[in-house]
Amino acid sequence: MLETDFKYIIDTFFTLFAMTLIIFMVPGFAMLEAGLVRTKNVSAVLTTNVMIYAVASLAFLLFGYKVAFGSFDSSTSSIWAIVMFQMAFVGKSINIVSGGVSERVRIIPLAIFTIIMGSVIYPMVVNISWGADMLRDTFLDLSMYDLAGSTVIHSTGGWALLAALFIVGSRRGRYQEGRVKVIPASNIPLVVLGAFLLWIGWFGFNGGSVGSISSVESANLVAKTIMNTNTAGLCGAIIAGVIMYIRYKLFDITMILNGALGGLVAVTAAADLYDMYTPILIGLIGGALVVFAVPLFDKLKLDDPVGALSVHLINGIWGTLAVGIFIQNISFMAQLKGVFLIGMFVFSISYTVLFIINKFFKFRADNEAQLMGMDINECGVEAYPEFRRAI
Amino acid sequence: MKRVEAVIKPFKLEDVKDALAEIGITGMTVSEVKGYGRQKGHSELYRGAEYVVDFLPKIKIEIVVDDENVEQVTTTIVEAARTGKIGDGKIFVSDIEKIIRIRTGETDSEAI
Repeated sequence: MLETDFKYIIDTFFTLFAMTLIIFMVPGFAMLEAGLVRTKNVSAVLTTNVMIYAVASLAFLLFGYKVAFGSFDSSTSSIWAIVMFQMAFVGKSINIVSGGVSERVRIIPLAIFTIIMGSVIYPMVVNISWGADMLRDTFLDLSMYDLAGSTVIHSTGGWALLAALFIVGSRRGRYQEGRVKVIPASNIPLVVLGAFLLWIGWFGFNGGSVGSISSVESANLVAKTIMNTNTAGLCGAIIAGVIMYIRYKLFDITMILNGALGGLVAVTAAADLYDMYTPILIGLIGGALVVFAVPLFDKLKLDDPVGALSVHLINGIWGTLAVGIFIQNISFMAQLKGVFLIGMFVFSISYTVLFIINKFFKFRADNEAQLMGMDINECGVEAYPEFRRAI
Repeated sequence: MKRVEAVIKPFKLEDVKDALAEIGITGMTVSEVKGYGRQKGHSELYRGAEYVVDFLPKIKIEIVVDDENVEQVTTTIVEAARTGKIGDGKIFVSDIEKIIRIRTGETDSEAI
């Protein structure tokens, strides 16, 4: 066997393996969200997550990939492995949206938005950042560094969620006469399971984005990338726990896990470029940002049951800017420009699309449906039929 | 005959049951209930925001005893269920007009 053949096979295998890890983030998001919402909405949340994976992936396969990359072509590993790997990402950006609007969003309009996000909006973002680059040589050309998508995936999902929150509104009774009504999580063990599935999926997310493992240098780079990814997650969790304890003398596991995910989002932009110690700082800042952002979004009446804005939007931005701060030959201004342009683009196009869909199919379930629970109204299958429903 | 109803902290049920068994109480009815008293529940913290849990889980014990045993039973419950902290519960004593044992048809004191 030729050495080039061997490299081709190894890289194909590596890409498929990374893709499989990323797909593990589907149950990760599903379990995290199912645990953070009330029991009467769990089937609906899970249905949404599964539908997003199916709908978004097919939309990306049929239309999105060509929008993003132009053509199917690769000489270094199987193009089908690369297509699958890229396809695995698309659902993540929409999962971020669905988590933040859960407990009151209806499935059909969200599925329609998923088709458009998966076939046009997300692929356009990929096009200008990783892909065919249709803005090349214009003044809008992006030269931002974003290894696995702090901006391209996470803050893209975050901006779309922000737009969706303006359209969908908060959950019934969440903000009344200046008071915030707290709606606690229903199943903490599921939240832990989901967060750790996401964490593990992240190794494929970032590790796979290095692109090749078939030489000693690239194998080292993949290993370092995965180690740095993990480090930022650890530090995000630790700082969230420490801050919660200092402020409230209590450990809130949901916040600790959000802190870990915040660190992971932040390091995603350049886990391959950092030395061993920088991700510690990036994770610490990322986790701290989550702890302060969660109550801040509540003050702004942006009702986000799972903390997706704090984790993905805030840390997507922080992570992308951090590359410009910590890596010498990467321009901070180029990173800022990428954050700003993609943010403006995704927010405005998402808002427009969501607004139009909302004219025909209301995103928000009415109060009675919310009271009964989305399980009964949208799915007919209650997640926990033996529990007495707490309204 | 009197009915003694005691609302107590859930984790005190074993202690109260054992203490009552020791003074010869042969049966009781227990239910899981929720409620609040003067303190109006307590506050908990979730993701940095405080919220009030209005209805706290409690256990309600119901026992029917002869008039002369009321004092001993209530004292026993008070001793066994007390922690000294807020939310230890309350005991209510009321009259019972009639008791019938379904299996045998025995009535009143014989049916306790």
